[in-house]
Amino acid sequence: MKRRLSREREDSPSSCEGPTDSCKRVRQPTEDSGDLPPDWARLPQEILLHIFQFLPLLDRAFASQVCRGWNEAFHMPELWRCFEFELNQPASSYLKATHPDLIKQIIKRHSNHLQYVSFKVDSSTESAEAACDILSQLVNCSLKTLGLISTARPSFMELPKSHFISALTVVFVNSKSLSSLKIDDTPVDDPSLKVLVANNSDTLKLLKMSSCPHVSPAGILCVADQCHGLRELALNYHLLSDELLLALSSEKHVHLEHLRIDVVSENPGQQFHTIKKSSWDAMVRHSPKFNLVMYFFLYEDEFGPFFRDEIPVTHLYFGRSVSKEVLGRVGMNCPRLVELVVCANGLRPLDEELIRIAERCQHLSAIGLGECEVSCSAFVEFVKMCGRRLSQLSIMEEVLIPDHKYSLDEIHWEVSKHLGRVWFPDMMPTW
Amino acid sequence: MVVNSVHWFRKGLRLHDNPALQEALNGAETVRCVYILDPWFAGSANVGVNRWRFLLESLEDLDTSLRKLNSRLFVVRGQPTDVFPRLFKEWNVTRLTFEYDSEPYGKERDAAIIKMAQEYGVETAVRNTHTLYNPDRIIEMNNHSPPLTFKRFQAIVNRLELPRKPLPTISQEQMARCQTKISENHDERYGVPSLEELGFKTHGDSSHVWKGGETEALERLNKHLDRKAWVANFERPRITAQSLFASPTGLSPYLRFGCLSCRVFYYNLWELYMKLRRSSSPPLSLFGQLLWREFFYTAGTNNPNFDHMEGNPICVQIPWDHNPEALAKWAEGRTGFPWIDAIMTQLRQEGWIHHLARHAVACFLTRGDLWISWESGMKVFEELLLDADWSVNAGSWMWLSCSAFFQQFFHCYCPVGFGRRTDPSGDYIRRYIPKLKDYPNRYIYEPWNAPESVQKAANCIVGVDYPKPMINHAESSRLNIERMKQVYQQLSHYRGLSLLASVPTIQEEAEPPMSDDSQASSSTAGQASTPTSSPHQPTPAPSTSPNSEPFTPNSSPTAAFPGAHSQRKRGRPSGPPKPTEFKSQAHQPSQRI
Repeated sequence: MKRRLSREREDSPSSCEGPTDSCKRVRQPTEDSGDLPPDWARLPQEILLHIFQFLPLLDRAFASQVCRGWNEAFHMPELWRCFEFELNQPASSYLKATHPDLIKQIIKRHSNHLQYVSFKVDSSTESAEAACDILSQLVNCSLKTLGLISTARPSFMELPKSHFISALTVVFVNSKSLSSLKIDDTPVDDPSLKVLVANNSDTLKLLKMSSCPHVSPAGILCVADQCHGLRELALNYHLLSDELLLALSSEKHVHLEHLRIDVVSENPGQQFHTIKKSSWDAMVRHSPKFNLVMYFFLYEDEFGPFFRDEIPVTHLYFGRSVSKEVLGRVGMNCPRLVELVVCANGLRPLDEELIRIAERCQHLSAIGLGECEVSCSAFVEFVKMCGRRLSQLSIMEEVLIPDHKYSLDEIHWEVSKHLGRVWFPDMMPTW
Repeated sequence: MVVNSVHWFRKGLRLHDNPALQEALNGAETVRCVYILDPWFAGSANVGVNRWRFLLESLEDLDTSLRKLNSRLFVVRGQPTDVFPRLFKEWNVTRLTFEYDSEPYGKERDAAIIKMAQEYGVETAVRNTHTLYNPDRIIEMNNHSPPLTFKRFQAIVNRLELPRKPLPTISQEQMARCQTKISENHDERYGVPSLEELGFKTHGDSSHVWKGGETEALERLNKHLDRKAWVANFERPRITAQSLFASPTGLSPYLRFGCLSCRVFYYNLWELYMKLRRSSSPPLSLFGQLLWREFFYTAGTNNPNFDHMEGNPICVQIPWDHNPEALAKWAEGRTGFPWIDAIMTQLRQEGWIHHLARHAVACFLTRGDLWISWESGMKVFEELLLDADWSVNAGSWMWLSCSAFFQQFFHCYCPVGFGRRTDPSGDYIRRYIPKLKDYPNRYIYEPWNAPESVQKAANCIVGVDYPKPMINHAESSRLNIERMKQVYQQLSHYRGLSLLASVPTIQEEAEPPMSDDSQASSSTAGQASTPTSSPHQPTPAPSTSPNSEPFTPNSSPTAAFPGAHSQRKRGRPSGPPKPTEFKSQAHQPSQRI
């Protein structure tokens, strides 16, 4: 519905930016504003914009149907800088999806406004395809941020690789100022990374590409060599190399803030390569404050190459069972450790290992223990040694084994005392 | 004034500790005990054959006990709203009694019946005996909202009066004063139906493990207490391989159907503890099993959407996958992971699995491996599990899938390792998956890793005689921990690197309890939260009002990475229609037992 706005549309030679600014503020000084009902049509454009930014998209869309002025405000570029495309099929997800008509409208009217874009797709191939279709059409886009996020199974991996690559390349070539790129669990490959680098090497700051099996160590090395502004990087261990670390620590390179590495076992008994201590040392020298986050998903007997030397890891997660021996090595070799999370361990008490970690990991402030065992006395000792620096202490109730000194009922008092706040272990329902 | 009473059994299938039934007998000239059942809907209700059998056995048991008191059980076919008007007229009913049902569906149904009874001039008497405490009282004491952490719940319970003492069982003298007119064709009209009548084909095998009924419940209680006394140990027992098998002293199904009064159990435990330990008062941990039950009843009583994700104010909205094929494999024990399959097989065959087994399969279905919604798992348990009821089942599934109650999601139960650590002998697997019985211990939890020679020797080839593993656990758990982290970080607006800090802490645990009450100072008061504490952890979204969403959406456009602020979905219909399989309004089955 388009209502004619009789009082508006007077020419204003002031600083307006073209056809979208037709609903300008027009004050008629002779009228007594106290008598008139508020005229929403007179709401200044910039205030309208400000208000619209707080509305969820659907409400904004409803508002845009009110009058031409509001409709024009709805289409102001500022409101279309950020967009998250949600692509879900009813057969594979409970979530709603961005309406196809809206997607068409965005591509038609706003693709050149888009700067921060993400795609959330469910586990169906159709959703991933739809994402690629949209990507291929973003020819006029100069994106700063792009995120491809699978909310369930990684459906991008099920697309024909070339289809995905060509869609992604459209963005790489046209954007030229990509600063943040999240492409985990996608079939991105070395050549497409070269295209990325060729066009965006000056601006790229963040790259998350865990579980991209088609990339080789050489491919990622190319990125590190050329993108000197890279501050955050996430990848799988098989892509990590001494050369990569050295490239990230080269003089031209900015300080790295955060490196996330996933170590995942494809087949049992897999052999992993080692990284030299000197490479890690170079990283620490170059970026003394950087965080090294490592997530391990290995069988117990695959830890051979790890934690033999000092490693500057700050956040450590063991997603499967990890042996007592390896935890002992962690205590010895991870002086920068800030957070340790252990999903499971064999059923032998980790008393000594915990005490050693308390001694040698002076920055430890968060610990989580799942299916493990620790005697109550050792645990109290551990907490005493760490003291108030432990801001996160998440211990499953079954972990704590009562001994002659402490029963389960007493232990939380002791621990709370040393922590300086009320603390209880995590519980699970028993019914 | 002649009093003709009707006592309506729903749960509470017992004659001991039954104040509502006592009330029916009080000064009454006639008393009839009814159970209302609609065989027409028996097939479509989400209730499996084991649960029906348990119920029917419990009803038979009631009937037998009532016979000894010169009465009978009247099993009336139909729906309460149709049945009662008929019975009120036919029997000249003046008083209707029943046990209080705290679940939202139950409250609604009962409100309608009470109103109808009023219209017929029938007085109603309702007594709260399915739970130890009155859920509304707990909610009131917690600033009018149900406690969302177990510790908080325990702290509140610690300050309550002890549960009311149980009443003795109905006696001959009591019944003698009231008559029950039994007609000749009672069995035809009001007899307990058989499984066949409900539409189930039984194959004549009556070797089932859990026998329903009050008699069995009380016998088991005695055995349970005997065993505790013998062990002289009230600590939570460490799980052994033996614990996985159905125990002759297990009580959970009997508590669920009310064949055993929870107060009787409570006070028996209490007395035994006092006798053996000569202590002043038992710690709350003694009643762990009972208190978890109370916790979930309380959490659900005012929340009709407690068993859904959508529209449930306490449930985190997680983008679960929709995959009926994968769900079926899990439900039918065909995942290719012997540990999971054995558990689901035991569940289907017998109707009970150990609580750690429940954790294992729930984790596998949801946040651990398959990334399927907890609602689907809940429905399978509802069908198969004898002790599942609406509140406890939904609540537990939300807890185990880290969808509510502020649980850390980092600990994942490995479908190979956890099983192996629990039962290194593999006997549990061999019992429930006979095909694998000749596998050596080394490979029985991961038969796909066994060399071909071993598989041949065991006469069970993976991929032919037994399924291949349906997923790669390492890869799935890697993906899923990322998903969980994404969801939680979006909710808590946490942008840091800590995995543990992604989950917000809840104010209620850090805050002191209501000021005036002084804590019991005995050494067993360890469970109560101390009055002197200050919130230490950052609590990002400080919304403590009861039914509002605990996390407020970030609608600011200045988020560093585009959040979903522009498209908040809750309660806003738009876009393509919702899938039709799972309806979003509270599904009202036509038959709940």
